[in-house]
This record gives sequence, structure tokens and C-alpha cells, in this order.
Amino acid sequence: MKTLADLKKIREKAQEDMKLRGGNVRIKIVVGMGTSGIAMGAREVMKTFLEEIAARNLTDVLVTQTGEKGLSSMEPVVDLIEEGKPKVTYGNMNPDKVKKSGG
Amino acid sequence: MSLKRIDLLICCGSGCVSAGSLKIKERFHEVLAEHNITSEVNIIETGCMGPCDYGPVMVIYPEGIFYKKVTVDDVAEIVSEHFVKGRPVSRLMLHDEEKAIAAQKDVPFYQKQVKVALENCGYIDPESLDEYIATGGYEALGTVLTEMKPQDVIDLIKESGLRGRGGGGFPTHIKWQMVHDNKADEKYIICNGDEGDPGAFMDRSLLEGDPHRILEGMMIAAYAMGATNGFFYIRAEYPLAIKRIKMAIEQAKEVGLMGKDIFGSGFCFDAEVRTGAGAFVCGEEMALIHSIEGMRGNPTPKLHILLCRSWGKPTVVNNVETIGNIPTIFRKGAEWFSSMGTEKSKGTKVFALTGDIKNTGLVEVPMGITLRELIFDVGGGMIGNHKFKAVQLGGPSGGCLTVDHLDTGVDYESSKNAVP
Repeated sequence: MKTLADLKKIREKAQEDMKLRGGNVRIKIVVGMGTSGIAMGAREVMKTFLEEIAARNLTDVLVTQTGEKGLSSMEPVVDLIEEGKPKVTYGNMNPDKVKKSGG
Repeated sequence: MSLKRIDLLICCGSGCVSAGSLKIKERFHEVLAEHNITSEVNIIETGCMGPCDYGPVMVIYPEGIFYKKVTVDDVAEIVSEHFVKGRPVSRLMLHDEEKAIAAQKDVPFYQKQVKVALENCGYIDPESLDEYIATGGYEALGTVLTEMKPQDVIDLIKESGLRGRGGGGFPTHIKWQMVHDNKADEKYIICNGDEGDPGAFMDRSLLEGDPHRILEGMMIAAYAMGATNGFFYIRAEYPLAIKRIKMAIEQAKEVGLMGKDIFGSGFCFDAEVRTGAGAFVCGEEMALIHSIEGMRGNPTPKLHILLCRSWGKPTVVNNVETIGNIPTIFRKGAEWFSSMGTEKSKGTKVFALTGDIKNTGLVEVPMGITLRELIFDVGGGMIGNHKFKAVQLGGPSGGCLTVDHLDTGVDYESSKNAVP
């Protein structure tokens, strides 16, 4: 490491690895993981989100989870929260829809 | 790119380790494997988070949820409820009367605190150079070495108002200026980690919890005064602090942040650790220097009241916490630093709270807040709501203050004047 620019490169990569602790997050995906959500495949949905985000190298997207969302007939339910925009709630999610929504 | 969705920060400061945090960490590894979600969780050992009385403590991101007094038996529930189903375990949270306090930032213990030296302590993995860099680490050193002259560095510290955190409160810039102005072929900087006051663990926590910060601060100071060699004088009772500093030195050397021609500036610096045998007097500058020189730790008079010499060369001795403030002062500016505290005591001060107080632990507060705020708001007051009788401040060379002095500010001048 010889310049401030070298340091900056390392910092950007390192911040990326620490983004869960409050980095630069543009989109937050909240997966409902109550009993009915899990029964309807919420874990698969969440895993697919994680994989797709990694594959597309989306560094500012965070996946998190919450408990029962109450909309059992629509499970798995996913909220997509984008800064400065109204929250979007998706119902009846499955891994295929996850892949599409990422596109 | 990882598939991680949870950062689990387990406090591995000495308090939490003795309360069993390492066993808890092992248990997490087992239970995560049972649930087949090892790949989704980062387990990070951090330095002291502060509220030692609640140990073992942990914080779980992205939500920033704070759990206290966790036992090995609680791990299965945390994983199955919180990690798998997204339902944080309310019974492990702190409670304000009946209401659970979920987020670490809402815990009353942290509310009046301002963390400068302790900024990363309990937040990053102290054994990871990358995590320190992610928080802006070594940026100050790079800027100082490539854009500032040594005298500018001293002037900025003067402007910030930084004074020695070891207790004496001597203006840091005057020490640096003395050595800067003294021409010599070699100069030394010593980081005084000989913390010996009963119940004090501020310096230990900093060395253990954020070693690269101390390294960076030391190199900035060394550049300012023209020193090319540094010594960490750390007592043998602090094995983890010694290990972490040694590790940080190795890591910094490996990537060229320490050694020859740092940041292409021509500045060269090397540092090593010297272990003290635990003599209280070796916290005194000259006794400390003699101990480093391999002689008996006797305090001796200096030729000049301000200028220390080791091996006959001009030497600065700075306390760990003083050095810990330096990188942040250069990142955020002298004006920012001097906006905190009182007229003569700028910035913040780290305290170790021990005794019959509810929230024992490690805290950092702005200079000048009152003892009442420190003991009752941050410390939570007396155990069992007993009547407060007295507080011992500043170790053996300090004094005892009673209820009449509760409105004394914690800063150099007020505390000195308060002691009868």
C-alpha cells in the first residue's frame, strides 16, 4: 500500500464486508419469517434473495427478516423498502419471482 | 461476495470472557451448523462493549439488537427464534420497567456517552486490519504524511486542545513541540500502557479492542516530532493487550502501513512491545523509560522539566487514551474535537466504573459532565437504590468525593479543585 488511493480501494471492499453493521444501504428487503411464512417457503425465498444479490454484486441491498406479518393467505410475504420511495409489499413469493424481481 | 445476512458481535472484552463469552461463541458455531445456516451468519469477537455488569453481552446486526447476560443455554433459542424466524428474544433484552429495549442505541447506559477513543471498541473485530480500515482507519495517517508538515500536525493538536489522558492533563502539543525542536539523530515515542490504578481498565480495553487505532495515533505523533521508533510499554498482566498490539504491528508491516517509506512519504517507523513487570511506579515517565532501557524502574529527575530522554535521546511518553484520540482528531478536525468538553478540558474522557453501582463498565463521556450524571445516568445509580456515600476518582493519586461534590464536573480543573 503506497497511496491514499490504495487505502481507499481496501476501504471500499472492507466496508462492503461490513455493510450489515450500517453501511450504505439503498434497498432493504424484509422477509416475513413467521410460522406461516416458513411453512410456505420463506426460507427458500430469503436464500434466493441472498444468492441473487451476491450473483449480481448488488452491494447496497440488505436482506433482513421479521416475524409474522399477518397476511397468512399471501405468504411468503416480502417488503421491499427503497430509500425515499413508498414501501412495496409482495405476496405469494417464490424463488422464481425473486429472480424476476431482481431483474 | 458473501451470503451473510447477520453480523453477530460477541463482546470478548476481559469482563465478558470471564463471564463465559468464548463458550457461548463455540455454542453458536454448533447450533448454526445444526440449523444449516453457518453461511448466513458472521460471528465476530469484539473488544469491550462497555456494560460489563450485563456480560456476556452481544449485538446482532442489521437490527442492532442488544442481548445481555446470555448463557450457553440461551444460544439455541436465539438461533431458532431470532436468526431463523426473525423474532428477537425479548427476555434477553434490557428492560425499562416492563418494556423491552431492543436496540443497543436505545439502552440508557449509552445515551449520554460520546465515543471518540472508544469509537470502534465493541464494534469491530480488533484482529482485523480490514475492519479498522473500513471505519476510516489509516486515512488520517495517509493524509498527515502526504499533505502536512510536522509543525502543521503539532499546530492542529494545539488547536484541538488535546491534553494527556493519563491523569496529569498536560497539553499534548507542548510535549511534542519540545521533542520536535530538539535536534537529535534519533527520537523515540513511547505509548504508556502501564495502567495500574485499582479498578481501571480504560487503556487495556482500548489496546485490546482497537489496537490499530493506537498504532495509527502513535505514527502520527512520531511523524510530528521526528521519531522513527516507538515502544508500547504494556504490563504483563495484560496478555491479550500485548497479543493484539503485536498482531496489529505485524499486520501493518505486512501491507506497508509500517516500516520504510510509509505512503511513499519517505517517513519510516518501527515499533515494538516492551512488557512491564507490573510495578505501579513504572507508570511514571522516567521510571517507565528506565524500565524500557532494561534498568530498574526508578523515577529520576529530568534535565529539563518537560523533556524526557531514553538512551539519551529526546522521547515523548503519551498515554494510550491520548494516542487513541489522535486519528479521530485528524479525520474530523480540531474544531470538532474542541467543540466538546469545557473551556480548558476538550473532548471526551473514558472512565472505568466499578463498585456498588448498577452499570459497572467502560464508558466515554464529554469532559465536564457532572459526577451525578456519570454515576446516576450512565452508571444507573447505586445497587438496590442505596444512598450514595462517596466516589473515589483518579486512583491512588486521586481523591474521594462525597455527596456534596456530586455536581462537580469531570474535567481536569473541576476535579482537581474539588479534592480537599
